[in-house]
Amino acid sequence: MNKEEIISKVNEFLIEEFEVSADKITPDAPLKETLELDSLDYVDLVVIIEGNFGIKVHQEDFATIRTFDDLYNYIITKSAQTTVA
Amino acid sequence: MNRVVITGIGVYSCIGKNLDEVKDSLYNGRSGIVLDPVRKQFGYRSGLTGYLEKPQLKGILDRRSRIMLPEQGEYAYMSTAEALKIAGMDHDFLEHNETGIIFGNDSTAQPVIEANDIVREKKNTMFAGSGAVFQTMNSTVNMNLATIYKLKGINFTVSAACASGSHSIGLGYFLIKHGYQERIICGGAQEVNIYSMGTFDALGAFSIRENEPTKASRPFDRDRDGLIPSGGAATVVIESLESAQRRGAKILGEVIGYGFSSNGSHISNPTVEGPLRSLNMSLKDANIEASEIDYINAHATSTPQGDMSEAQAINEAFGECKPPVSSTKSMTGHECWMAGASEIVYSLLMMQNNFVAPNINFENPDEFSAKLNIADVVKEQNIDVFLSNSFGFGGTNSSLIVRKWK
Repeated sequence: MNKEEIISKVNEFLIEEFEVSADKITPDAPLKETLELDSLDYVDLVVIIEGNFGIKVHQEDFATIRTFDDLYNYIITKSAQTTVA
Repeated sequence: MNRVVITGIGVYSCIGKNLDEVKDSLYNGRSGIVLDPVRKQFGYRSGLTGYLEKPQLKGILDRRSRIMLPEQGEYAYMSTAEALKIAGMDHDFLEHNETGIIFGNDSTAQPVIEANDIVREKKNTMFAGSGAVFQTMNSTVNMNLATIYKLKGINFTVSAACASGSHSIGLGYFLIKHGYQERIICGGAQEVNIYSMGTFDALGAFSIRENEPTKASRPFDRDRDGLIPSGGAATVVIESLESAQRRGAKILGEVIGYGFSSNGSHISNPTVEGPLRSLNMSLKDANIEASEIDYINAHATSTPQGDMSEAQAINEAFGECKPPVSSTKSMTGHECWMAGASEIVYSLLMMQNNFVAPNINFENPDEFSAKLNIADVVKEQNIDVFLSNSFGFGGTNSSLIVRKWK
Protein backbone atom coordinates (compact mmCIF):
# COMPACT_ATOMS: atom_id res chain seq x y z
CA MET A 1 0.00 0.00 0.00
CA ASN A 2 1.57 3.35 -1.02
CA LYS A 3 1.32 6.59 0.96
CA GLU A 4 -1.67 7.92 -1.02
CA GLU A 5 -3.58 4.70 -0.44
CA ILE A 6 -2.80 4.77 3.29
CA ILE A 7 -3.88 8.42 3.57
CA SER A 8 -7.10 7.67 1.73
CA LYS A 9 -7.87 4.69 3.95
CA VAL A 10 -7.06 6.56 7.19
CA ASN A 11 -9.21 9.53 6.20
CA GLU A 12 -12.05 7.22 5.25
CA PHE A 13 -12.28 5.53 8.65
CA LEU A 14 -11.68 8.73 10.61
CA ILE A 15 -14.57 10.41 8.78
CA GLU A 16 -16.78 7.39 9.43
CA GLU A 17 -15.82 6.73 13.06
CA PHE A 18 -15.43 10.27 14.37
CA GLU A 19 -18.10 11.86 12.19
CA VAL A 20 -15.90 14.70 10.98
CA SER A 21 -16.40 16.36 7.59
CA ALA A 22 -13.79 15.53 4.95
CA ASP A 23 -12.79 19.15 4.32
CA LYS A 24 -11.52 19.52 7.88
CA ILE A 25 -8.89 16.84 7.36
CA THR A 26 -5.70 18.37 6.00
CA PRO A 27 -2.10 17.16 6.56
CA ASP A 28 -1.25 20.05 8.89
CA ALA A 29 -4.53 20.09 10.85
CA PRO A 30 -4.21 19.16 14.52
CA LEU A 31 -5.50 15.60 15.06
CA LYS A 32 -6.86 16.00 18.59
CA GLU A 33 -8.72 19.27 18.05
CA THR A 34 -10.06 18.38 14.59
CA LEU A 35 -11.47 15.03 15.70
CA GLU A 36 -12.39 16.43 19.14
CA LEU A 37 -10.64 13.50 20.82
CA ASP A 38 -10.87 12.97 24.56
CA SER A 39 -8.89 10.39 26.53
CA LEU A 40 -11.47 7.67 25.84
CA ASP A 41 -11.39 8.23 22.07
CA TYR A 42 -7.74 7.19 21.83
CA VAL A 43 -8.78 3.65 22.78
CA ASP A 44 -11.06 3.53 19.76
CA LEU A 45 -8.40 5.14 17.56
CA VAL A 46 -5.93 2.38 18.49
CA VAL A 47 -8.53 -0.31 17.81
CA ILE A 48 -9.40 1.15 14.40
CA ILE A 49 -5.78 1.48 13.29
CA GLU A 50 -4.89 -2.03 14.46
CA GLY A 51 -8.01 -3.41 12.83
CA ASN A 52 -7.37 -1.70 9.48
CA PHE A 53 -3.61 -2.09 9.17
CA GLY A 54 -2.77 -5.09 11.36
CA ILE A 55 -0.10 -3.16 13.25
CA LYS A 56 0.49 -2.96 17.00
CA VAL A 57 -0.27 0.53 18.28
CA HIS A 58 0.44 1.89 21.76
CA GLN A 59 -1.63 4.70 23.24
CA GLU A 60 1.51 6.47 24.49
CA ASP A 61 2.73 6.82 20.88
CA PHE A 62 0.07 9.48 20.37
CA ALA A 63 2.08 11.85 22.56
CA THR A 64 4.21 12.64 19.49
CA ILE A 65 1.43 12.46 16.87
CA ARG A 66 0.10 16.00 16.59
CA THR A 67 -1.13 16.38 13.01
CA PHE A 68 -2.80 14.14 10.47
CA ASP A 69 0.49 13.97 8.58
CA ASP A 70 2.18 12.69 11.77
CA LEU A 71 -0.46 9.95 11.94
CA TYR A 72 -0.01 8.96 8.28
CA ASN A 73 3.77 8.76 8.72
CA TYR A 74 3.43 6.77 11.96
CA ILE A 75 1.23 4.19 10.22
CA ILE A 76 3.53 4.04 7.19
CA THR A 77 6.58 3.48 9.39
CA LYS A 78 4.84 0.88 11.57
CA SER A 79 3.47 -0.93 8.53
CA ALA A 80 6.93 -1.10 6.98
CA GLN A 81 8.37 -2.52 10.24
CA THR A 82 5.60 -5.13 10.39
CA THR A 83 6.19 -6.11 6.77
CA VAL A 84 9.97 -6.44 7.29
CA ALA A 85 9.47 -8.44 10.49
CA MET B 1 -43.05 17.55 54.41
CA ASN B 2 -43.20 18.45 50.73
CA ARG B 3 -46.01 17.37 48.46
CA VAL B 4 -44.59 15.47 45.47
CA VAL B 5 -46.03 15.97 42.01
CA ILE B 6 -45.45 14.50 38.58
CA THR B 7 -44.61 17.06 35.91
CA GLY B 8 -43.25 14.89 33.10
CA ILE B 9 -43.83 11.43 31.67
CA GLY B 10 -42.41 9.62 28.67
CA VAL B 11 -42.44 6.10 27.30
CA TYR B 12 -40.88 3.93 24.59
CA SER B 13 -42.53 0.52 24.56
CA CYS B 14 -43.77 -2.32 22.40
CA ILE B 15 -47.24 -0.73 22.29
CA GLY B 16 -45.98 2.67 21.13
CA LYS B 17 -42.90 4.83 20.74
CA ASN B 18 -44.42 7.86 22.48
CA LEU B 19 -47.31 8.83 24.76
CA ASP B 20 -49.85 9.35 21.97
CA GLU B 21 -49.22 5.97 20.36
CA VAL B 22 -49.28 4.24 23.74
CA LYS B 23 -52.51 5.95 24.78
CA ASP B 24 -54.21 4.69 21.60
CA SER B 25 -52.90 1.15 22.15
CA LEU B 26 -54.10 1.12 25.75
CA TYR B 27 -57.56 2.35 24.77
CA ASN B 28 -57.87 -0.11 21.89
CA GLY B 29 -56.37 -3.09 23.70
CA ARG B 30 -53.55 -3.52 21.18
CA SER B 31 -50.93 -6.13 21.98
CA GLY B 32 -47.22 -5.60 21.25
CA ILE B 33 -46.29 -9.29 21.45
CA VAL B 34 -44.72 -11.22 18.54
CA LEU B 35 -43.07 -14.58 17.91
CA ASP B 36 -39.33 -14.13 17.33
CA PRO B 37 -37.86 -17.08 15.36
CA VAL B 38 -34.31 -16.00 16.34
CA ARG B 39 -35.09 -16.87 19.96
CA LYS B 40 -36.14 -20.37 18.98
CA GLN B 41 -32.92 -20.89 16.99
CA PHE B 42 -30.93 -19.58 19.96
CA GLY B 43 -32.42 -22.22 22.26
CA TYR B 44 -35.35 -20.54 23.94
CA ARG B 45 -38.26 -22.72 25.01
CA SER B 46 -40.56 -19.81 24.08
CA GLY B 47 -39.95 -17.41 21.18
CA LEU B 48 -42.59 -14.94 22.35
CA THR B 49 -41.45 -11.38 23.15
CA GLY B 50 -42.49 -7.76 23.06
CA TYR B 51 -41.19 -6.16 19.85
CA LEU B 52 -39.62 -2.67 19.69
CA GLU B 53 -37.99 -0.74 16.87
CA LYS B 54 -34.48 0.43 17.70
CA PRO B 55 -34.37 4.24 18.09
CA GLN B 56 -32.24 6.07 15.53
CA LEU B 57 -30.07 8.40 17.60
CA LYS B 58 -27.46 9.37 14.98
CA GLY B 59 -27.89 13.08 14.44
CA ILE B 60 -29.60 13.43 17.83
CA LEU B 61 -26.78 12.39 20.16
CA ASP B 62 -23.07 12.80 19.42
CA ARG B 63 -20.80 9.80 18.80
CA ARG B 64 -19.37 9.75 22.33
CA SER B 65 -22.84 9.64 23.90
CA ARG B 66 -24.07 6.96 21.49
CA ILE B 67 -21.22 4.49 21.90
CA MET B 68 -21.74 4.41 25.67
CA LEU B 69 -25.46 3.65 25.46
CA PRO B 70 -26.65 0.04 25.58
CA GLU B 71 -30.01 -0.94 24.10
CA GLN B 72 -32.06 -0.10 27.20
CA GLY B 73 -30.15 3.17 27.52
CA GLU B 74 -31.34 4.16 24.06
CA TYR B 75 -34.92 3.45 25.05
CA ALA B 76 -34.39 5.42 28.27
CA TYR B 77 -33.01 8.38 26.35
CA MET B 78 -36.15 8.43 24.19
CA SER B 79 -38.58 8.23 27.11
CA THR B 80 -36.60 10.77 29.13
CA ALA B 81 -36.40 13.26 26.26
CA GLU B 82 -40.18 13.07 25.95
CA ALA B 83 -40.73 13.43 29.71
CA LEU B 84 -38.36 16.39 30.07
CA LYS B 85 -40.02 18.17 27.16
CA ILE B 86 -43.39 17.82 28.87
CA ALA B 87 -41.87 18.92 32.18
CA GLY B 88 -40.43 22.02 30.50
CA MET B 89 -36.86 21.19 31.58
CA ASP B 90 -34.30 21.83 28.85
CA HIS B 91 -30.53 21.20 28.93
CA ASP B 92 -29.82 24.68 30.25
CA PHE B 93 -32.32 24.34 33.09
CA LEU B 94 -30.98 20.92 34.12
CA GLU B 95 -27.38 22.11 34.06
CA HIS B 96 -28.12 25.03 36.34
CA ASN B 97 -30.85 23.69 38.66
CA GLU B 98 -29.99 20.70 40.87
CA THR B 99 -31.90 17.71 39.51
CA GLY B 100 -31.38 14.08 40.41
CA ILE B 101 -31.83 10.79 38.60
CA ILE B 102 -32.85 7.40 40.03
CA PHE B 103 -33.51 4.81 37.33
CA GLY B 104 -34.50 1.19 37.71
CA ASN B 105 -32.37 -1.32 35.81
CA ASP B 106 -31.29 -4.83 36.75
CA SER B 107 -29.26 -6.21 33.84
CA THR B 108 -27.20 -5.28 30.84
CA ALA B 109 -26.51 -8.69 29.36
CA GLN B 110 -25.80 -7.98 25.71
CA PRO B 111 -22.84 -5.59 26.14
CA VAL B 112 -21.23 -7.90 28.72
CA ILE B 113 -21.45 -10.92 26.45
CA GLU B 114 -20.42 -9.12 23.26
CA ALA B 115 -17.43 -7.35 24.85
CA ASN B 116 -16.11 -10.57 26.34
CA ASP B 117 -16.61 -12.43 23.07
CA ILE B 118 -14.38 -9.82 21.39
CA VAL B 119 -11.70 -10.09 24.09
CA ARG B 120 -11.77 -13.88 23.92
CA GLU B 121 -11.21 -13.73 20.15
CA LYS B 122 -8.61 -10.94 20.05
CA LYS B 123 -6.84 -11.74 23.34
CA ASN B 124 -6.74 -8.00 23.93
CA THR B 125 -9.18 -6.09 26.17
CA MET B 126 -8.71 -2.87 24.23
CA PHE B 127 -10.68 -4.28 21.31
CA ALA B 128 -13.81 -4.07 23.46
CA GLY B 129 -13.60 -0.33 22.71
CA SER B 130 -14.01 2.69 24.94
CA GLY B 131 -17.80 2.49 25.23
CA ALA B 132 -18.07 -1.06 26.54
CA VAL B 133 -17.34 -0.45 30.21
CA PHE B 134 -20.08 2.16 30.41
CA GLN B 135 -22.57 -0.17 28.74
CA THR B 136 -21.72 -3.18 30.88
CA MET B 137 -22.39 -1.74 34.33
CA ASN B 138 -25.80 -2.07 35.90
CA SER B 139 -25.92 1.67 36.50
CA THR B 140 -25.48 2.29 32.77
CA VAL B 141 -28.77 4.12 32.28
CA ASN B 142 -28.13 6.43 35.21
CA MET B 143 -24.54 7.25 34.28
CA ASN B 144 -25.38 7.92 30.65
CA LEU B 145 -28.43 10.11 31.22
CA ALA B 146 -26.71 12.01 34.05
CA THR B 147 -23.86 12.76 31.63
CA ILE B 148 -26.02 13.66 28.65
CA TYR B 149 -28.16 16.04 30.71
CA LYS B 150 -25.33 17.27 33.02
CA LEU B 151 -27.38 16.47 36.11
CA LYS B 152 -26.15 17.75 39.49
CA GLY B 153 -28.40 15.97 42.01
CA ILE B 154 -28.69 12.45 43.39
CA ASN B 155 -27.51 9.78 40.94
CA PHE B 156 -27.86 6.03 41.48
CA THR B 157 -29.61 2.98 40.10
CA VAL B 158 -32.26 0.84 41.74
CA SER B 159 -31.91 -2.88 41.09
CA ALA B 160 -34.91 -4.66 42.52
CA ALA B 161 -35.83 -7.18 39.84
CA CYS B 162 -39.29 -6.54 38.37
CA ALA B 163 -40.06 -3.88 40.98
CA SER B 164 -37.01 -1.73 40.03
CA GLY B 165 -38.96 0.96 38.18
CA SER B 166 -41.56 1.25 40.92
CA HIS B 167 -39.03 1.52 43.74
CA SER B 168 -37.15 4.20 41.76
CA ILE B 169 -40.24 6.41 41.89
CA GLY B 170 -40.91 5.49 45.53
CA LEU B 171 -37.38 6.41 46.60
CA GLY B 172 -37.49 9.64 44.59
CA TYR B 173 -40.81 10.47 46.24
CA PHE B 174 -39.32 9.96 49.72
CA LEU B 175 -36.28 12.12 48.95
CA ILE B 176 -38.43 15.00 47.72
CA LYS B 177 -41.06 14.57 50.42
CA HIS B 178 -38.39 14.90 53.09
CA GLY B 179 -36.70 17.86 51.45
CA TYR B 180 -33.46 16.33 50.19
CA GLN B 181 -34.11 17.01 46.50
CA GLU B 182 -36.41 19.34 44.58
CA ARG B 183 -36.74 17.29 41.43
CA ILE B 184 -35.72 13.81 40.31
CA ILE B 185 -35.91 11.99 36.97
CA CYS B 186 -37.21 8.51 37.84
CA GLY B 187 -37.94 5.58 35.59
CA GLY B 188 -37.16 2.08 34.51
CA ALA B 189 -35.45 0.50 31.50
CA GLN B 190 -35.38 -3.03 30.16
CA GLU B 191 -33.28 -4.61 27.41
CA VAL B 192 -35.10 -6.92 24.95
CA ASN B 193 -32.22 -8.69 23.18
CA ILE B 194 -31.85 -12.48 23.06
CA TYR B 195 -29.09 -12.53 25.69
CA SER B 196 -31.22 -10.79 28.30
CA MET B 197 -33.93 -13.34 28.94
CA GLY B 198 -32.50 -16.80 28.23
CA THR B 199 -31.90 -17.58 31.90
CA PHE B 200 -35.46 -16.55 32.74
CA ASP B 201 -36.78 -18.72 29.89
CA ALA B 202 -34.83 -21.58 31.45
CA LEU B 203 -37.27 -21.61 34.36
CA GLY B 204 -40.14 -22.50 32.03
CA ALA B 205 -41.95 -19.35 33.17
CA PHE B 206 -42.74 -18.04 29.68
CA SER B 207 -45.94 -18.71 27.75
CA ILE B 208 -45.60 -21.15 24.87
CA ARG B 209 -48.85 -20.14 23.18
CA GLU B 210 -46.72 -19.37 20.13
CA ASN B 211 -49.49 -19.89 17.58
CA GLU B 212 -51.35 -16.89 19.04
CA PRO B 213 -48.76 -14.31 20.17
CA THR B 214 -51.27 -11.54 20.91
CA LYS B 215 -53.38 -13.89 23.03
CA ALA B 216 -50.47 -15.36 24.97
CA SER B 217 -50.32 -12.79 27.75
CA ARG B 218 -53.55 -13.33 29.70
CA PRO B 219 -53.15 -12.19 33.31
CA PHE B 220 -55.83 -13.48 35.70
CA ASP B 221 -57.30 -15.75 32.99
CA ARG B 222 -57.86 -19.36 33.95
CA ASP B 223 -56.03 -20.63 30.85
CA ARG B 224 -52.82 -18.56 31.10
CA ASP B 225 -49.58 -20.51 30.77
CA GLY B 226 -46.85 -18.01 31.61
CA LEU B 227 -45.53 -14.51 31.03
CA ILE B 228 -44.01 -12.94 27.90
CA PRO B 229 -40.78 -10.95 28.33
CA SER B 230 -40.78 -7.43 26.95
CA GLY B 231 -39.08 -4.09 27.56
CA GLY B 232 -38.31 -0.52 26.58
CA ALA B 233 -38.21 2.41 28.98
CA ALA B 234 -40.44 4.81 30.86
CA THR B 235 -39.62 8.05 32.63
CA VAL B 236 -41.50 9.86 35.39
CA VAL B 237 -40.27 13.31 36.39
CA ILE B 238 -41.24 14.15 39.95
CA GLU B 239 -40.69 17.36 41.92
CA SER B 240 -41.83 19.23 44.96
CA LEU B 241 -45.11 21.07 44.55
CA GLU B 242 -43.31 24.29 45.40
CA SER B 243 -40.75 23.75 42.64
CA ALA B 244 -43.43 22.88 40.08
CA GLN B 245 -45.54 25.90 40.95
CA ARG B 246 -42.53 28.21 40.98
CA ARG B 247 -41.65 27.07 37.45
CA GLY B 248 -45.25 27.28 36.30
CA ALA B 249 -45.10 23.61 35.27
CA LYS B 250 -48.23 21.71 34.36
CA ILE B 251 -48.93 19.17 37.13
CA LEU B 252 -49.96 15.74 35.82
CA GLY B 253 -50.62 14.04 39.15
CA GLU B 254 -49.48 13.78 42.76
CA VAL B 255 -47.63 10.82 44.27
CA ILE B 256 -49.34 10.35 47.62
CA GLY B 257 -48.32 6.88 48.75
CA TYR B 258 -45.44 4.40 48.61
CA GLY B 259 -45.43 1.01 50.25
CA PHE B 260 -42.76 -1.66 50.21
CA SER B 261 -42.06 -5.02 51.75
CA SER B 262 -40.07 -8.20 51.37
CA ASN B 263 -41.74 -11.59 51.41
CA GLY B 264 -39.04 -13.20 53.51
CA SER B 265 -39.74 -16.45 51.76
CA HIS B 266 -38.86 -18.27 48.51
CA ILE B 267 -36.69 -16.56 45.86
CA SER B 268 -39.26 -16.92 43.06
CA ASN B 269 -42.49 -18.25 44.56
CA PRO B 270 -44.86 -15.42 45.53
CA THR B 271 -46.77 -14.99 48.76
CA VAL B 272 -50.05 -13.25 49.59
CA GLU B 273 -48.88 -11.72 52.84
CA GLY B 274 -45.84 -9.84 51.40
CA PRO B 275 -47.71 -7.89 48.72
CA LEU B 276 -50.56 -7.28 51.16
CA ARG B 277 -48.19 -5.52 53.56
CA SER B 278 -46.90 -3.37 50.68
CA LEU B 279 -50.46 -2.48 49.63
CA ASN B 280 -51.52 -1.57 53.14
CA MET B 281 -48.37 0.46 53.75
CA SER B 282 -49.03 2.54 50.63
CA LEU B 283 -52.63 3.20 51.73
CA LYS B 284 -51.41 4.23 55.18
CA ASP B 285 -48.73 6.50 53.70
CA ALA B 286 -51.34 8.10 51.44
CA ASN B 287 -53.67 8.45 54.43
CA ILE B 288 -56.66 7.25 52.40
CA GLU B 289 -59.19 4.43 52.66
CA ALA B 290 -59.16 1.50 50.25
CA SER B 291 -62.54 2.73 48.97
CA GLU B 292 -60.89 5.87 47.60
CA ILE B 293 -58.87 3.89 45.01
CA ASP B 294 -60.62 4.16 41.61
CA TYR B 295 -58.32 1.83 39.67
CA ILE B 296 -55.65 -0.77 40.38
CA ASN B 297 -52.94 -1.45 37.80
CA ALA B 298 -52.01 -4.96 38.87
CA HIS B 299 -48.55 -6.46 38.68
CA ALA B 300 -50.15 -9.67 37.30
CA THR B 301 -47.72 -11.10 34.74
CA SER B 302 -49.79 -14.05 33.45
CA THR B 303 -48.14 -16.73 35.57
CA PRO B 304 -50.66 -18.86 37.47
CA GLN B 305 -48.97 -18.63 40.89
CA GLY B 306 -48.15 -14.91 40.70
CA ASP B 307 -51.59 -13.86 39.52
CA MET B 308 -53.39 -15.99 42.07
CA SER B 309 -51.35 -14.61 44.95
CA GLU B 310 -51.87 -11.01 43.86
CA ALA B 311 -55.60 -11.59 43.34
CA GLN B 312 -55.86 -12.83 46.93
CA ALA B 313 -53.88 -9.84 48.25
CA ILE B 314 -56.02 -7.35 46.30
CA ASN B 315 -59.19 -9.09 47.41
CA GLU B 316 -58.02 -8.98 51.02
CA ALA B 317 -57.37 -5.22 50.91
CA PHE B 318 -60.10 -4.15 48.45
CA GLY B 319 -62.67 -6.95 48.65
CA GLU B 320 -65.41 -4.73 49.96
CA CYS B 321 -65.03 -1.87 47.46
CA LYS B 322 -63.94 -3.81 44.35
CA PRO B 323 -62.27 -1.07 42.26
CA PRO B 324 -61.63 -1.90 38.58
CA VAL B 325 -58.44 -3.90 38.13
CA SER B 326 -56.44 -4.53 34.97
CA SER B 327 -52.98 -5.71 34.11
CA THR B 328 -51.55 -3.77 31.18
CA LYS B 329 -49.05 -6.62 30.85
CA SER B 330 -51.84 -8.34 28.91
CA MET B 331 -50.84 -5.96 26.06
CA THR B 332 -47.19 -5.14 26.78
CA GLY B 333 -45.95 -8.42 28.17
CA HIS B 334 -43.75 -8.23 31.25
CA GLU B 335 -41.52 -5.17 30.97
CA CYS B 336 -39.55 -6.36 34.02
CA TRP B 337 -37.14 -3.64 35.33
CA MET B 338 -39.15 -1.04 33.42
CA ALA B 339 -42.62 -2.23 34.42
CA GLY B 340 -43.06 -0.32 37.67
CA ALA B 341 -42.36 2.97 35.91
CA SER B 342 -44.19 2.24 32.66
CA GLU B 343 -47.30 1.20 34.55
CA ILE B 344 -47.37 4.56 36.33
CA VAL B 345 -47.19 6.18 32.88
CA TYR B 346 -49.94 3.91 31.49
CA SER B 347 -52.18 4.60 34.50
CA LEU B 348 -51.57 8.35 34.26
CA LEU B 349 -52.59 8.25 30.58
CA MET B 350 -55.80 6.53 31.65
CA MET B 351 -56.33 9.14 34.37
CA GLN B 352 -55.78 12.00 31.93
CA ASN B 353 -58.15 10.51 29.35
CA ASN B 354 -60.84 9.06 31.63
CA PHE B 355 -60.64 5.37 30.84
CA VAL B 356 -59.51 2.08 32.31
CA ALA B 357 -57.44 0.08 29.84
CA PRO B 358 -58.66 -3.45 29.28
CA ASN B 359 -57.05 -6.56 30.68
CA ILE B 360 -57.15 -8.20 27.25
CA ASN B 361 -57.47 -11.98 26.92
CA PHE B 362 -59.33 -12.25 30.23
CA GLU B 363 -61.99 -14.75 29.19
CA ASN B 364 -62.49 -17.07 32.16
CA PRO B 365 -61.60 -16.30 35.78
CA ASP B 366 -60.03 -18.71 38.22
CA GLU B 367 -61.33 -19.03 41.77
CA PHE B 368 -59.33 -15.99 42.97
CA SER B 369 -59.64 -13.61 40.01
CA ALA B 370 -63.40 -14.27 40.03
CA LYS B 371 -63.53 -12.19 43.22
CA LEU B 372 -61.99 -9.12 41.53
CA ASN B 373 -63.60 -6.47 39.34
CA ILE B 374 -61.38 -7.08 36.30
CA ALA B 375 -61.88 -4.76 33.32
CA ASP B 376 -61.96 -7.19 30.41
CA VAL B 377 -62.91 -4.40 28.00
CA VAL B 378 -62.07 -0.70 28.01
CA LYS B 379 -64.13 1.22 30.58
CA GLU B 380 -64.90 4.91 30.20
CA GLN B 381 -64.64 6.30 33.71
CA ASN B 382 -63.08 9.01 35.83
CA ILE B 383 -59.99 8.06 37.84
CA ASP B 384 -59.16 10.32 40.78
CA VAL B 385 -56.77 7.93 42.51
CA PHE B 386 -54.96 4.85 41.24
CA LEU B 387 -52.67 2.27 42.78
CA SER B 388 -49.93 0.40 40.91
CA ASN B 389 -48.33 -2.82 42.17
CA SER B 390 -44.91 -4.20 41.28
CA PHE B 391 -43.31 -7.35 42.64
CA GLY B 392 -39.99 -9.06 41.93
CA PHE B 393 -37.73 -12.04 42.50
CA GLY B 394 -36.39 -12.28 46.01
CA GLY B 395 -39.78 -11.23 47.30
CA THR B 396 -39.41 -7.47 46.76
CA ASN B 397 -42.75 -5.61 46.63
CA SER B 398 -43.64 -2.01 45.82
CA SER B 399 -46.97 -0.19 45.67
CA LEU B 400 -47.46 3.40 44.52
CA ILE B 401 -50.55 5.58 44.79
CA VAL B 402 -51.12 8.59 42.54
CA ARG B 403 -53.89 11.18 42.80
CA LYS B 404 -55.27 13.42 40.05
CA TRP B 405 -54.23 17.05 40.38
CA LYS B 406 -57.23 19.36 40.61
